[in-house]
Amino acid sequence: MLAMFFWAFVVGGAFCVIGQLLFDIAKLTPAHTLSLMVVIGAVLDGLGLYEPLMDFAGAGATTPITSFGNSLVHGAMQEAETHGLVGVVTGMFEVTSAGISAAIIFGFIGALLFKPKG
Amino acid sequence: MAKKKNLNPDQQKYQQLQKKHELKRPVLMNCIRAFWVGGLICLIGQAITYFYIYFFNFTEQTAGNPTVATLIFISMLLTGFGIYDHLGQFGGAGSAVPVTGFGNAVISAAIEHRSEGYVLGVGGNIFKLAGSVIVFGVFSAFVVALIKTLIGMIGG
Repeated sequence: MLAMFFWAFVVGGAFCVIGQLLFDIAKLTPAHTLSLMVVIGAVLDGLGLYEPLMDFAGAGATTPITSFGNSLVHGAMQEAETHGLVGVVTGMFEVTSAGISAAIIFGFIGALLFKPKG
Repeated sequence: MAKKKNLNPDQQKYQQLQKKHELKRPVLMNCIRAFWVGGLICLIGQAITYFYIYFFNFTEQTAGNPTVATLIFISMLLTGFGIYDHLGQFGGAGSAVPVTGFGNAVISAAIEHRSEGYVLGVGGNIFKLAGSVIVFGVFSAFVVALIKTLIGMIGG
């Protein structure tokens, strides 16, 4: 269990360093960087590399935004197994639903509760 | 960033001047900060994952979803009280890359536009910053899954 915490810290930190390098060296905006990392996550899952990383690093792999791309592909592939090509479209949000719905729900609650600053 | 081509000599001179006086980014320091801020967020994520595994009978595979939702809830509170801004300035990508950064982008857009009304302001702008992540994520996932499915159909 302690090893899991350690690897979550290291792998999650490493993802953030990659993001920081894209900020500083490639001079991308945060939006470009995050979009790129989601695409990278989707491609990594397509190659079958993200699943082992998740087993190895736990939240270190599920917390960075790359896991969003990964779970989109996962949902699509799950449905594709039962419904073929149609499933690619219908299953897209199957696994990611938590992140998107949480963002919308808490975003709206946040807007109800808090006033903008400055 | 301006494109290098199609510039007259004066403009090129200006660009060189600008480059000389541009603040050097402390890349190494930024990376160290991003590493430990991002690592810490993932560490908290791991703790939440174990919490759901032990108390709510999730498995290692399914615990990712409630973890993400919880982290977004935490980032709502931090964003609302204005703490996430400071974290973002200090941690750079360390606070942007984890899913809390995604939550922060959605929630700060929602709070910022509430003065324009709930439908047009909050509803219309909630994905203003995070929309690109969803669009590119969904489209790239579509392409990847399509290729994989087609290969599976031909191969299997």
